[in-house]
Amino acid sequence: MKLSVSFRKRESVSRRATLLVPLASFAVSLLFGAVLLLLSGANPFVTYAAMFRGAFGSGHGLSEVLVKSIPLMLTGLGVALAFRMRFWNIGAEGQLTLGAVAAAGVALYWSQHLPAWTILPLAILAGCVAGALWAGVPAVLKATLNVDETLTTLMLNYVAVLYSEHLYYVVWRAPGYNSGTERIPEYAWLPRIAGRAHAGIFFGLALALLLWAVFRYTRWGFELKIIGQNPTAARYLGISIARNIVVALLVSGAISGLAGAVEVLGLARRLQQGISVGYGYTAIIIAWMAQLNPIGVVFVAFLMAGLLVGGDQIQMRMRLPASVGVVLQGMLLIPLLAGSLFRDYALDLRKVPDGKGDAPADGRAPADGRAPEDRRAPEGRQASE
Amino acid sequence: MLRMRGITKRFPGVVANDHVDLDLYQGEVLALLGENGAGKSTLMNILVGLYRPDAGEILVRDERVEIHSPRDAAELGVGMVHQNFMLVPTMTVAQNVVLGLADLPLVPKLSEVEERLRVLSARYGLKVDPQAYIWQLSVGEQQRVEILKLIYRGAGVLILDEPTAVLTPQEADELGHMLEVMQVEGKSTIFITHKMNEVVAFSDRVCVLRQGKVVATKQTTGTTPRELARLMVGREVLFRIEKKPATPGDPVLVLRDIHALNDKGLPALRGVSLTVHEGEVLGIAGVAGNGQHELAEIVTGIRPIKQGELWINRRELTDCTPLDAIRSGVSHIPADRMGMGSVGGMAVADNLAMKAYRDPPLGQRGLLNRTRIQDFARVMIEAFQIATPTPQTLVKFLSGGNIQKTILAREIERLETVGQPEAAPSLTSERRQIGRRRSRRHAADDCVGLLVAAYPSRGLDVGATEAVRKRILEQRDAQRAVLLISEDLDELRSVADRIAVLYEGRIMGIVSADAADIETLGLMMAGIDEA
Repeated sequence: MKLSVSFRKRESVSRRATLLVPLASFAVSLLFGAVLLLLSGANPFVTYAAMFRGAFGSGHGLSEVLVKSIPLMLTGLGVALAFRMRFWNIGAEGQLTLGAVAAAGVALYWSQHLPAWTILPLAILAGCVAGALWAGVPAVLKATLNVDETLTTLMLNYVAVLYSEHLYYVVWRAPGYNSGTERIPEYAWLPRIAGRAHAGIFFGLALALLLWAVFRYTRWGFELKIIGQNPTAARYLGISIARNIVVALLVSGAISGLAGAVEVLGLARRLQQGISVGYGYTAIIIAWMAQLNPIGVVFVAFLMAGLLVGGDQIQMRMRLPASVGVVLQGMLLIPLLAGSLFRDYALDLRKVPDGKGDAPADGRAPADGRAPEDRRAPEGRQASE
Repeated sequence: MLRMRGITKRFPGVVANDHVDLDLYQGEVLALLGENGAGKSTLMNILVGLYRPDAGEILVRDERVEIHSPRDAAELGVGMVHQNFMLVPTMTVAQNVVLGLADLPLVPKLSEVEERLRVLSARYGLKVDPQAYIWQLSVGEQQRVEILKLIYRGAGVLILDEPTAVLTPQEADELGHMLEVMQVEGKSTIFITHKMNEVVAFSDRVCVLRQGKVVATKQTTGTTPRELARLMVGREVLFRIEKKPATPGDPVLVLRDIHALNDKGLPALRGVSLTVHEGEVLGIAGVAGNGQHELAEIVTGIRPIKQGELWINRRELTDCTPLDAIRSGVSHIPADRMGMGSVGGMAVADNLAMKAYRDPPLGQRGLLNRTRIQDFARVMIEAFQIATPTPQTLVKFLSGGNIQKTILAREIERLETVGQPEAAPSLTSERRQIGRRRSRRHAADDCVGLLVAAYPSRGLDVGATEAVRKRILEQRDAQRAVLLISEDLDELRSVADRIAVLYEGRIMGIVSADAADIETLGLMMAGIDEA
């Protein structure tokens, strides 16, 4: 007898599984992390406690968590919107970067020409527009020529990041500095609410609520969901897929662009290195973990920010090498992401008798490699085309 | 040399194979004839281990065998060429042949493989360059690769699933030649088809399946296409629905010399002209794959028309979008219920609202009224007797029959609103205004509803089938136009007023449903002209 292992798609996702699986994954995450910490000679309990205290145990820690959660939340929302219609926009990083560039450009160079009070709203708006355009390019290519969006959005990230470097290293560089622009004028600053946490958080919370309502109570949200779930049905129902892709991506890019704008206007107050430390990529993980639910994005972004801040803290407090903190963050994420597999699929373990001599040893279920749904389809459907 | 005994296979809601017995002798070509859904592919999938039978046994050379996977089947010398080829496009012919060999060495000597392939392809008349990449090959050549792959592995029993569906007539002749060589070498072939002329041209014996049962096994020489047609499609009349005489009015749907391509870019409709009047059901008969699918899609704006004209309600809609068609009063029950007709991951209530959501009362100024959608769904679930735990249940958890009822409910409801004045007495003045604006834009007032129903009762049980047919006749009696596409000749004869037979993208003829007998229709469906 030997063991055959296969995955079977769950017929229905139980409420218990949606709760239990993330909790179990989190426990596994902590276990993995503990092994790593033991190998580096640290006490896992002390380290975890330090992480938690570093992130949530003090006013300063909390405000830093808020600071990091703002761009994560916004880009997470932008990504979730695109993902809902199965448009794989992994270009949030570039959209954020260009949003930051545009906001900084307006704040720095339009001040001479326009009344001071207009600069802040204009800079925010410019950030949104820049992000929207940057996402609009792949969207139009996809809608008209069916160009694969994963490649275009990813590639445009590099263009955006390198262009921003060109600006703050060369064109816009403040005299006397190696890099970075001049500080933007004070009237263009986004107000801070606690520590370094700024008013950008309100944009995130408001947009999350707004998107939640859009998905539930508008025609457009309804159409996006249909397109994401079944594009063939969408076409049959008279929904224009091309137009919806472009509109949804403009909004998605605008939200990521807004993330860049508030980072510049609220936090950095100049365009400089480190405007984004991969927020646009982390956003993809956040959107998935939140199951593309805008309200979920808020919570996941907050927790993810806590993990980032906590990880930074242990480098200082536990005197662990900087890399351990980063590796730990990654280790904690992997089981969480892998866990979602068990939410949608059940594990099929069964014993199969050893066949005559050399039965297939490929470890798969007997039969095929076809999707499990196919197996139940009556003949008519397969033979009908 | 191969026997299947009492094979039974059930899928949820259908018995695909019902105690099927099948014998295959050495060196013969056996045709497995039957309509779509008769259970041909299921039976063969059991033989190659893709499905497990619920009952019955398989004997090879009088020895009982258990076939759990295609690999087991291959060891017994049984191989199948599926309709969808299983080749890796970026690899060469030889590499594809080597892939999946049981005793594959770590570094296969491709040159030896190529040499053997050349020998084999010469012997069987299957011209293929072993070094060509799959993506460079035509569909016919890819089929040859699939066949060569099986021969290379020493298959003694070859199963071909509707092999000629993708072939040109010349390629089909070459296939026939290959079958002859196979026979000479003592290899056996099972040939799945629903075309009578292929049975006659290629096979020694024919086994006819209908609704999962073997209805006849005959020597090909002792039978006629006429007899086979009757065996294949003729079935007991399940029930008769009372039908009032039709009172056809003005034309609603007019097709003039329509040409259209299928998904593979090949001509699917070649000059179809049809008219459907109000108060009339026009039935479309034909074996699947003769252009029905494309016909439904061009009328509903889903597929572009290459040539010809489409008129609905006296407006030309040749280049219309699906939305234009919907706005012109066209409802559509598509053949593919899960793939096109419904969204499995969304609630029953949402699915029911998927056509009405654009207009009041469900939607207004881009917003959806969730309460009204819920109420709307309750009414429809009640009226169409959709068995669902709640309106919020996801459609994918419903049975096939209830999914179809959901689609039917949505499409019939739309039909009933076509041409109705928007300003019903209960509407507020504000909404009346929206209604007027919409009617101006779309001029829906003078429209007559058109229902395009493709295989509406396929796979449904008797009760659900009857309900579907009654609904269709109700629409006809309300003076709406219906285009009914079906393979079920009884359905066509009991529901349709006129029946048009589609064969290879052309109308073979149009007969009155009262005058049509199954035999004539069967022959026309097989492309045999009566005259």
